[in-house]
Amino acid sequence: MSSTAIARPPIEPEWALPSRGRVGMFSLIAAEAAIFTIFVVAYIFYIGKSLSGPLPKDVLELPIFGTFCLLSSSLTIHLAVRALRNAKVGAFGLWWLLTIALGAIFLVGTGREWRRLIFEKGLTVSTNLFGTTYYSLVGLHAFHVTAGLIFLTIGMIFTLLGKVKPEHSERADIFSLYWHFVDVVWVVVFIVVYVIGR
Amino acid sequence: MASETIALSVVNHGARPIGDRLHEWVVTVDHKKLGILYILYALMFLVIGGIEATIMRIQLIVPHNHFVSPEVFNRMFTMHGTTMIFFVVMPFLFGFANYLVPLMIGARDMAFPRLNAFSFWLMALGGFLLYFSFVGGNGLYGAGNAPDVGWWAYAPLTSRAFSPGHSTDYWTLALLVSGFGSIGTAINIIATILCLRCPGMTLGKMPLLAWLNLVMAGMVILAVSPLTAAQMMLSIDRYLGGHFFDTQAGGSATIWMHFFWIFGHPEVYVLVIPAFAFASEIIPVFSRKPIFGYPVMVAATVCIGFVSMSVWAHHMFTIGMNSYANSFFAITTMAVGVPTGIKIFNWIGTMWGGKIEFKTPMLFCIGFLFQFLIAGLTGIMLGTAPFDWQLGGSYFVVAHFHYMIVGGILFALFGAFYYWFPKITGRMLNETLGKLHFWLLLIGFHLTFDVMHIPGLLGMPRRIYTYEPGRGWEVWNLIVTIGTFIQGIAMLLFVANLIFSYWKGLKAGNDPWDAWTLEWSVSSPPPEYNFPRIPVVKSRRPLWDIKHPEDPDWKYE
Repeated sequence: MSSTAIARPPIEPEWALPSRGRVGMFSLIAAEAAIFTIFVVAYIFYIGKSLSGPLPKDVLELPIFGTFCLLSSSLTIHLAVRALRNAKVGAFGLWWLLTIALGAIFLVGTGREWRRLIFEKGLTVSTNLFGTTYYSLVGLHAFHVTAGLIFLTIGMIFTLLGKVKPEHSERADIFSLYWHFVDVVWVVVFIVVYVIGR
Repeated sequence: MASETIALSVVNHGARPIGDRLHEWVVTVDHKKLGILYILYALMFLVIGGIEATIMRIQLIVPHNHFVSPEVFNRMFTMHGTTMIFFVVMPFLFGFANYLVPLMIGARDMAFPRLNAFSFWLMALGGFLLYFSFVGGNGLYGAGNAPDVGWWAYAPLTSRAFSPGHSTDYWTLALLVSGFGSIGTAINIIATILCLRCPGMTLGKMPLLAWLNLVMAGMVILAVSPLTAAQMMLSIDRYLGGHFFDTQAGGSATIWMHFFWIFGHPEVYVLVIPAFAFASEIIPVFSRKPIFGYPVMVAATVCIGFVSMSVWAHHMFTIGMNSYANSFFAITTMAVGVPTGIKIFNWIGTMWGGKIEFKTPMLFCIGFLFQFLIAGLTGIMLGTAPFDWQLGGSYFVVAHFHYMIVGGILFALFGAFYYWFPKITGRMLNETLGKLHFWLLLIGFHLTFDVMHIPGLLGMPRRIYTYEPGRGWEVWNLIVTIGTFIQGIAMLLFVANLIFSYWKGLKAGNDPWDAWTLEWSVSSPPPEYNFPRIPVVKSRRPLWDIKHPEDPDWKYE
């Protein structure tokens, strides 16, 4: 047997396969979704099972502004990717920066909420089941926002250094999938924690 | 063909110092080297896990034995289970998937080579963490070292009150870290198979091994992630004072069981589907016939993938679920037997009327087929809720799942070793030693695990470190332990064969088995770039088409 036994036929039909980045990101999102599902199931299972206060209805307030910012950031990252695809690197940088700002505002909002809950309401992970499940679920989501912000910031640094070119729009697009996923998870968390669980 | 060969690596391997060569293996991102690393790593842990099993069997050889203390016995079964599942079978399967999938689909490497290396080293770190617990697990309380909570680690055994010190945390961290590695590898396998197939290889023309590994990877993503989540919760409970599994504060011990088995049962299929994949490649080659019912095989595998995600609570019949849950999980457990049965009939259909060559890989696959069938049948028995109420938590269950994992998965794995060793090293494994290995292992296996059902039926619970004389269990335990030693000798023969054949085995050539998939078209061992030119395929058996241009497969597919 020779090492190139399979001959190339003279006429090649179109051979197109999906992008590996896209498939990889969708697989990662599936894995993350499974992790969040378990945390959401635990949260729902433990609603109303706390043996002592404080309870969600006493202490939780709807984080409308933070939610608004985070959901808007999905739109801004989409516009950023579109700008890059159309070779408008300047517009890309602006939209990208706005995405970072909106994500950061959301995180600050979560931080302030936690500060209020811990220092004013006395709710910690170990207080009761509500505390355990609330900080775990919201914290896991906040961790994903933080990870996303780190990657966004790295992208921003490359943009400022002038390294980002239109041919990188595919990568930005794949990253935006992650960011959209984090937003969708927040919608679920919002409904479970602040609507159903309150 | 010399003009075709791309000289990507013109290095004289013999002349370089050992440090350089070692460094090359540590920093490698090559899928073949990583595959070999995975396999060597798994072999090392197979020996360790085997020693732990032997220690348990020596302890149980006679009633009231004092070979080890009860505490050590608890550590042994915990470490044995955790090691064998997470650090033997998983890395074996990932190793073979890593090595074979790109070669079989005509790709030069995995989709994300660096993620691949990262995943391997994460898994290596996981195994290291687990075993470091023997040294570092003491903690402040001086209560035991290695984890001793069983591989299920049921709550509240894992709570601070019952597991002081850090031994349980090493277990949690090891599984968390290796779980991230598994998810990374699964993402890589999926992306490789979907995005890097060579021209002409549509999904319907992929080798079955690629198809089955695709399903396996999808299941890893959906099954290992819940375990990761559960381990995070356990860490929150143990380190931040959370109450997820703390029944004193309203938490639930049952929900840990659910989370664990949502991982735990699909995990069985994660392990067995690659074993199916090996059988699906080996049986046709040694029956000299193409696989029988390729589309049905694929459909059955995907079906197993789906159904097996909804059977987990058949591990929990004895905890007292309501009758609706019991019925549901009993029915789904029966249902998963249907596609599995289809696969068994397809393998038999492949052998039917074929010119079967009883070489060692084929012997192991036939052993796999019969033993897997019996394991499946005892699985159906245990899936019947009332039967499980009687035998859940007994040695019958231990015998059942070892029948699956040793008799099914390990036999198929050995078949894969004998089949692909020539490709990986360029030399054949010794056939005489191989046959001796097979027959000894077969005898030892059946002595151990056929007989192990009986003390289970007689009421011997699992995880007991000793037992009273006069219950009728003595003779069975004695036979089981003798079988274990025969299996141990068989394993030593295998290791001897690996070492002997690596240096002294017959030269294999490119295609020693006259096989049909792409990995046999390149040299043994394959060059670093795999294919000088990316091949183009027209059928499921590209090498058959080349060897038989007068009667190629693509005319009929």
